[in-house]
Amino acid sequence: MMIPFEFEYYKPDTVEEAVEIYKRIYSSGKKVIYYGGGTEFISMARMNNMYADAVIDIKQIDECNEYQINDNVLTIGSATTLTKISELNQFPLLGLTVSRIADHTIQDKITLAGNILGSIIYKEAVLPLLVSDSEIILTGPSGTRNISLNKVFDKKLLLKDGEMLVKVNIDKRYLNLPYSHVKRTKNEKIDYPLITMVAIKDDNRLKIAFSGLCDYPFRSQNMEDVLNNPDITSEERIAKAIEKVPGNILNNISGSTEYRKFVLGLMLEEVFERLEVVQ
Amino acid sequence: MIFELLDSEIITLNINGEDRKVAVKPSDILLYTLRNSFGLTGPKPGCENGDCGACTVLVNDLPVKSCLMLTVEAIGKKILTVEGLKDAPIQKAFVEEYGFQCGYCTSGFLMVCHSLSKFHPEADDSIIQEWLQSNICRCTGYEEISIAVKSILNKSKK
Repeated sequence: MMIPFEFEYYKPDTVEEAVEIYKRIYSSGKKVIYYGGGTEFISMARMNNMYADAVIDIKQIDECNEYQINDNVLTIGSATTLTKISELNQFPLLGLTVSRIADHTIQDKITLAGNILGSIIYKEAVLPLLVSDSEIILTGPSGTRNISLNKVFDKKLLLKDGEMLVKVNIDKRYLNLPYSHVKRTKNEKIDYPLITMVAIKDDNRLKIAFSGLCDYPFRSQNMEDVLNNPDITSEERIAKAIEKVPGNILNNISGSTEYRKFVLGLMLEEVFERLEVVQ
Repeated sequence: MIFELLDSEIITLNINGEDRKVAVKPSDILLYTLRNSFGLTGPKPGCENGDCGACTVLVNDLPVKSCLMLTVEAIGKKILTVEGLKDAPIQKAFVEEYGFQCGYCTSGFLMVCHSLSKFHPEADDSIIQEWLQSNICRCTGYEEISIAVKSILNKSKK
């Protein structure tokens, strides 16, 4: 099945060119999107669930393909594929998380930005970036912002009109902290998550984020406070944390709300044990 | 320089080792360009959603589901379809190990297995499983496919 509408295709060399193209097309009243791996755009456009008059392919932009580590920071460009992230693997928690998204072949097409900014509700690649307090670099018509991901991620990445995700900086001290990644699916290994949970232990404090629990990925300070409360037992921490899930727990064909709560409890037990949170 | 494709234009694609010219629109999908413009019907339309892998081709030696790639994205890259394998060891192995039944998924599996044998000539079971999980065989011939790919990996070790 073909894509049932026509669009213009642009492939700039720089972020500035990409933003200029966006501004020009947007100002003429047309719908324009930044295009990474394109897997979601193609599959949804084909079904008339997504539309664009123009796409701006960012895969040729050097900054968006950066993957480098210096004294303090690991920088990953937004057009870096999931395959490259898991193969270069300087941040093992991120490498493991993205290696469980979709399948091996498609991982070489899906980009970091594509997973985080897609319309799909799971966006699992964002979880390690949330718990590692990553910084993101956004560029748009009103300039460039270097900003903490946790400040601009609320259910989704809150972009201004025409802004594109250029790259992500992860503080080097987070790269090799003790971590846990657990992905539970309904049946198959390759599937959307029933729940995906990632956690790191930072200075004896558990930092934790979830996908599949609500209809958006999240990291909850309230849940972390309870899970790190030394004054109550681990069982109490887990029970209270489940009460503090910040939204409606999904109730769908993959699992009921009650089942997800049950699985979440088991996963939290597992992460306590794995990361030796409670002595 | 900004590359633009605004309407139907003639572009050059490198397919199975040859530069080929073709008129494409920005919205054209690689799978259909290969099938309809070049008559390369090895890549099969299956789910057309990136799930089944029947349309898999190699782009710069790595497997790609051609139903999820715009044709214009393939400019400057080397595309290999099953027609370009030309008696690769994996094809013989599929015949010898009965690696297919109805055959619809076969070309996709052949491409994945061929690429796997190049990138991981010493692949263990977990790597084989990881790569093969990208493709679906509804005749459920996975065991024979797995045996076929292992047979050429073993040969490359010797």
